[in-house]
Amino acid sequence: MAGSLSSISGKPLWLLAELTYKCPLQCPYCSNPLEISKYSNELTTDDWFRVLREARALGAMQLGLSGGEPLVRKDLEEIIAEAHRLGYYSNLITSGVGMDADRVAKFKTAGLDHIQISFQASDKELNDFLGGTSSFAHKLEMARAVKDQGYPMVLNIVLHQKNIEQLEDIIKMCVELKADFVELASTQYYGWSRLNIDYLLPTREQVTKAESIAKRYQTELEGKMKILYVVPDYYEKRPKACMNGWGSIFLTIAPDGRALPCHAAATLPDIEFPNVRDNSIETIWDDSNAFNKFRGFEWMEEPCRSCPEKEKDFGGCRCQAYMMTGNAAAADPVCDKSPHHADLQAEVALIEKTSHNKNEPLIFRTMKNSKKYQAEKKLNLPQN
Amino acid sequence: MWPTCPRIFRVIRDLSTTMINQMPSLCSMYRFQWEEAQSCYVLLYPEGMVKLSRTAGEVLKRVTGKTTVKQLVSDLETEFPGSDLESDVLNFLTEAKKNGWISF
Repeated sequence: MAGSLSSISGKPLWLLAELTYKCPLQCPYCSNPLEISKYSNELTTDDWFRVLREARALGAMQLGLSGGEPLVRKDLEEIIAEAHRLGYYSNLITSGVGMDADRVAKFKTAGLDHIQISFQASDKELNDFLGGTSSFAHKLEMARAVKDQGYPMVLNIVLHQKNIEQLEDIIKMCVELKADFVELASTQYYGWSRLNIDYLLPTREQVTKAESIAKRYQTELEGKMKILYVVPDYYEKRPKACMNGWGSIFLTIAPDGRALPCHAAATLPDIEFPNVRDNSIETIWDDSNAFNKFRGFEWMEEPCRSCPEKEKDFGGCRCQAYMMTGNAAAADPVCDKSPHHADLQAEVALIEKTSHNKNEPLIFRTMKNSKKYQAEKKLNLPQN
Repeated sequence: MWPTCPRIFRVIRDLSTTMINQMPSLCSMYRFQWEEAQSCYVLLYPEGMVKLSRTAGEVLKRVTGKTTVKQLVSDLETEFPGSDLESDVLNFLTEAKKNGWISF
């Protein structure tokens, strides 16, 4: 009797509001752009109110309040209250740093529906090293405060070579914190994580082991805690159905008001992404060149164009295609039908062989590093 | 598969018998609402949503924690006369419970 998402189409259902790129953490796998230091011109509270109103009128139901760290915004409570008034299901996606029990309670009063807290690892030492700040104890405390307030709680852990071996401990920690959902998200290599791929990409062996652990706990904890395991796509033969298709259901608004079909899309060349300061959400969604560029199937090249699976995976990820082939309309090289798949496999094999021996430090996501990379004109992500 | 079938049928029948006098309620993680832009009822939960068919929506609208399944079926049959809805409703509620949407 229940329908599915695919039967609703054409309008944005998911609004991701990246309120700020400021963040007290410095995770070297952050999916934010390398140019975070350029985003100081943030939208005002009223701008966000208008974005929420217009997207809601088009049909958006899910709202992700994200960043950077959304808690940095002093008007977060106001934005939550407006989202609630408009009928959104609002999700706060946070590191927990900048929150206290009092603020958790205030969010509840304002009408926040759900809080997702990220952990970097299951122990203090690694968690604090990866986040670049002492936050582990506070995160534990905040996870308990979230449950005390009666919120559904999702814990998110980004998996990579540095923490994948402790997956079992991570799951046990989530059980102890009484998480309702756990998202074990294998690192996707964009932005900062792409820069650090040599140190973050797990080996095939590690991935296989992690998958079997995740599966075992999925069965064991069925009905108690739901585990979502996001596979690392570099080891797959078919690409992910990125964003459920370009301009299909997802709308991201960056801190400076730029509207993007996904949060990594700003890395694509020759696309002028419209800004909510100059355009209505409806115009952006329906009429902008940016949102129409890879919509549907007309833009596809071979092997995607004639592929029987094109309606399943939409040719994969545009950003990944551009990053690895220099052509954003190419098939995602994760697909083994892509002429570039062999190149990706060769790159992965090389990293697998050498990554354990690398002594160079991770490049942390800091404003200083962002400025440094822009100054050195190393803005472009590494190319093959 | 055949040998296990009678057992499954019995389980469903037993569940239905006890279910009929119970008062289901929506689990706290889910929010049920009418969506004007989509002209349908939806269930919203952390980072996800389910679009409901008209019938599923009409059932869940009555899942308030204060109405027995029996009453709920009778309400629906009053609103949509000429239909025998009990087995459809019971099947849907069983599925909804399995999905973790509702509890009894």
